[in-house]
Amino acid sequence: MKSQRQRRIAHALIVVWTGAVLVFLYMPMLSVVLASFTKQRYFRFPVKAWDTRWYEKAFESLSVRDLFWTSFSVALLVTLISVVLAFFGALAFARYDWKGRKLYQRLILLPIFFPQAVLGLALLLWFSSLGITTSWQTAVFAHMIWILPIVTLIMSIQVYSFDPVWEEAAYDLGASRLQVLREITLPILAPGIISGAIFAFLLSWGNFPLSLFTTGADQTIPEWLYAKMVSGYTPMVPTLGSLTMGGAAGFLLVAFVVMIVIRRVKQGKSNQLR
Amino acid sequence: MKSLVHWVRQPGFLNALPVGVFLLVGFAGPLVLVLLYSFMPPKTFKLDQLPTLENYVSVVTQSYYISFGWSLTLAVVTVILLLIITYPIAYGMAKLFGKWATLVTILVALPLLISENIRLFGWVLLLLKNGIIDGSLQFLFGVSLSGLLYTVPAVVLGLVYVYLPFMLFPLVIGMSMVPDSLKEAASDLGASRLQIFWEVELPLSMPGILIGSLLVFILALGSLAESKILGGQVIVMIADDIESAFTFAQNWPKGSVLSVLLITLSLVIIFFLFRKIDLDRLVGRR
Repeated sequence: MKSQRQRRIAHALIVVWTGAVLVFLYMPMLSVVLASFTKQRYFRFPVKAWDTRWYEKAFESLSVRDLFWTSFSVALLVTLISVVLAFFGALAFARYDWKGRKLYQRLILLPIFFPQAVLGLALLLWFSSLGITTSWQTAVFAHMIWILPIVTLIMSIQVYSFDPVWEEAAYDLGASRLQVLREITLPILAPGIISGAIFAFLLSWGNFPLSLFTTGADQTIPEWLYAKMVSGYTPMVPTLGSLTMGGAAGFLLVAFVVMIVIRRVKQGKSNQLR
Repeated sequence: MKSLVHWVRQPGFLNALPVGVFLLVGFAGPLVLVLLYSFMPPKTFKLDQLPTLENYVSVVTQSYYISFGWSLTLAVVTVILLLIITYPIAYGMAKLFGKWATLVTILVALPLLISENIRLFGWVLLLLKNGIIDGSLQFLFGVSLSGLLYTVPAVVLGLVYVYLPFMLFPLVIGMSMVPDSLKEAASDLGASRLQIFWEVELPLSMPGILIGSLLVFILALGSLAESKILGGQVIVMIADDIESAFTFAQNWPKGSVLSVLLITLSLVIIFFLFRKIDLDRLVGRR
């Protein structure tokens, strides 16, 4: 009886601890949002006066617009290229049994565990040795070295649950290669492809250590934030920080809705077939 | 020759080709270049000199052991703290929370999608003099805790904060591999709670603990933003030294040597890690 009670107390403690750690995880982000609405030049707590003028300034500012477009272009290109390459990469990772697969699976994961700042510097060295001037385009390349393996891994999870029998059946029924890809493979793997794309976009959007050394004269939002944090603080830092977080949240929300719609459409189709 | 053609024609190999070629150009290439530069005389910007070990000697004889020491120490401290912090949560997620475990997973994973320096900046606001923690204490109790930011504990806090998910998720996977029936059997045979923990739970969830620890160790070892944003100038970590060698000092060979040392250390750990895990099982849950 006593041990039953002890166990219940232990379980309650675990729940409380988990809650506390979740609060710990979100507190800094809430602090940034809080600071973005204050009026003073330098942040003080408790906050005495609230203001939204830094948001107005952010929306009017041309340099903020530049930062946004740089970050957005990088993230968009990284997403598009990564998804295509990782699609094949994931098939090689999880679907086909081939000689060299185990080695491939391990080598492809190396960049994920690699210190990103060092990777960024190595790339800087690489670009200047090859005579390439760094700009946001080289940052796309740099981001992909880290993001492509992650997207491949995410898509692989979906590929593991994909039964090649479907493809074979379609071939037997006389479908062409392209038809099989369009009608069978892509629709079945769609959830994995979409989650891969979401991760690719957001990880590129928020990346800092790789951008720092590979964007040259261009600047992404995380780079600008870092530069201002280290020297030359302005109240625009929490504001722009909040805006990028809001952007990421909005993107996730849209992606989530798209996924639900796709699932609905799919269900509708399979109902029609019955 | 025929067998080579046969090997190249495997569908798996052909599919692996785009990613493989990309990483060869973008990952292997730069690393080989760094390795080559590490053997060049100091402050050269071309690879046309005779190879020398000069940089390695100068790095070993100079005070770089301090930043290596800091990085190693902080990485170990981060791993230990994270093991203590996440173990109960992982247990809860694997055994207690049921459906809620998914929600906890999502909530822990979401911050990973927010830029690391925005989240670290949040800690600056919390720890700052007159910041959220100091300000609240002044307001409520009239005591001031103004020296929180730019200290070694602040850097540790940043590392623990940023790398928490990388410890938690492997632990959860490791722990969900321990069958409940084994614990019940041990209990039926008269084992105490502590015995069950030491002799059943801990050894069986060891793969997860190992993966999580090594992962966090490697990531913390090469970290840059935490010590810069939360530590100010209080300590220099190895990634910091590498950065200044490449940028301010314009000494590529020296930066390369430091990188090679850090990479070698990480690679040794990664190979150890990969020998311990079966990726098909971990990713595909087969």
